[in-house]
Amino acid sequence: MSTENEWPLWEVFVRTKAGLDHKHCGSLHAADARMAVQMARDVYTRRQEGSSVWVVRSDQIVASDPGDKDMLFDPAEDKVYRHPTFYKLPDSVDQM
Amino acid sequence: MQASIQIPATPELDYLLRLGDTCLISGQRLGEWCGHGPILEEDIALSNMALDLIGQSRALLTLAGQKSGKGFDEDQLAFLRDEGAYRNPTLAELPRGDFAFTILRNLVLSTWLKLIWERLRDSRDAELAAIAGKALKEARYHQQHAADWAVRLGDGTEESRRRCEAALAQIAPYLPELFEDDTVDAAAEASGLGPAWSSLREPWLAEMGEVLGEAGLALPESTKFRSTGKVGRHSEHMGYLLAEMQYLQRAYPGGAW
Repeated sequence: MSTENEWPLWEVFVRTKAGLDHKHCGSLHAADARMAVQMARDVYTRRQEGSSVWVVRSDQIVASDPGDKDMLFDPAEDKVYRHPTFYKLPDSVDQM
Repeated sequence: MQASIQIPATPELDYLLRLGDTCLISGQRLGEWCGHGPILEEDIALSNMALDLIGQSRALLTLAGQKSGKGFDEDQLAFLRDEGAYRNPTLAELPRGDFAFTILRNLVLSTWLKLIWERLRDSRDAELAAIAGKALKEARYHQQHAADWAVRLGDGTEESRRRCEAALAQIAPYLPELFEDDTVDAAAEASGLGPAWSSLREPWLAEMGEVLGEAGLALPESTKFRSTGKVGRHSEHMGYLLAEMQYLQRAYPGGAW
């Protein structure tokens, strides 16, 4: 199938319940935003997965270049001091 | 083969079966799209709605079974009645047709169902009122889904518009049955069970007019033809639908999976 006649691709984000964040769960083709929301509801929230959906045109997402992966992300490997594991938390702080 | 059950004819039971069978038969027709939708997402959407409708019919047939005084359950009522004992208006049983026909019939029926569910929330029957409260949310979505597509198709290409107009022409003769009263309606209205179907006509016309107006479509003039599915006299399509729907329970009584 030629991509010329295809509807644009949309990325779907679903929030499982109020207070949590929207998580990426997949993508779909739709003619416009309204249709994309409706289809996201039908395809991705059939089993009580969601209380809210976001859709965004896939071509509107700016992504890092996979070719730059080494340069961008490997240098963090040996920087353990960036994890807050060396700090002593006050007793009154349960969760961090 | 499993024999048919006989249903006592009371106005109350008829009223419930008219509604329950509308959901059941519409659900069966929509389910025929499973695996045949124009796109994957729409295939799932139509199947979801078919399941909503079957769920609504299960609740209504269970209630009808309790009121039958014969201890029938939802499965017996769904699968073991003869054609003449089904009470859905004929429109629900017409073949699924093309996508435009399915969408416009869904628009007609979901708008109608939404309006009757709204009224049934005030039924003097607490069980029916509870069913209506749950079903209303589903019907609202079905109506929105159908309305969105009706506007897209009616206001779309030359072909989509032609198909919509053909669908409306095919649907129109079956509409009066949805809005004309008989003794069943009179009894339901008098007892507070639910609204007479004629009272749905004005709000239905208003909501349909809004969507069809946006779609650049219009309902054709009504004709003198009157369909009679709700009194058990069905179209030639009903027998085939029931043969497919009932086959398993008739051939393997009580079969479950």
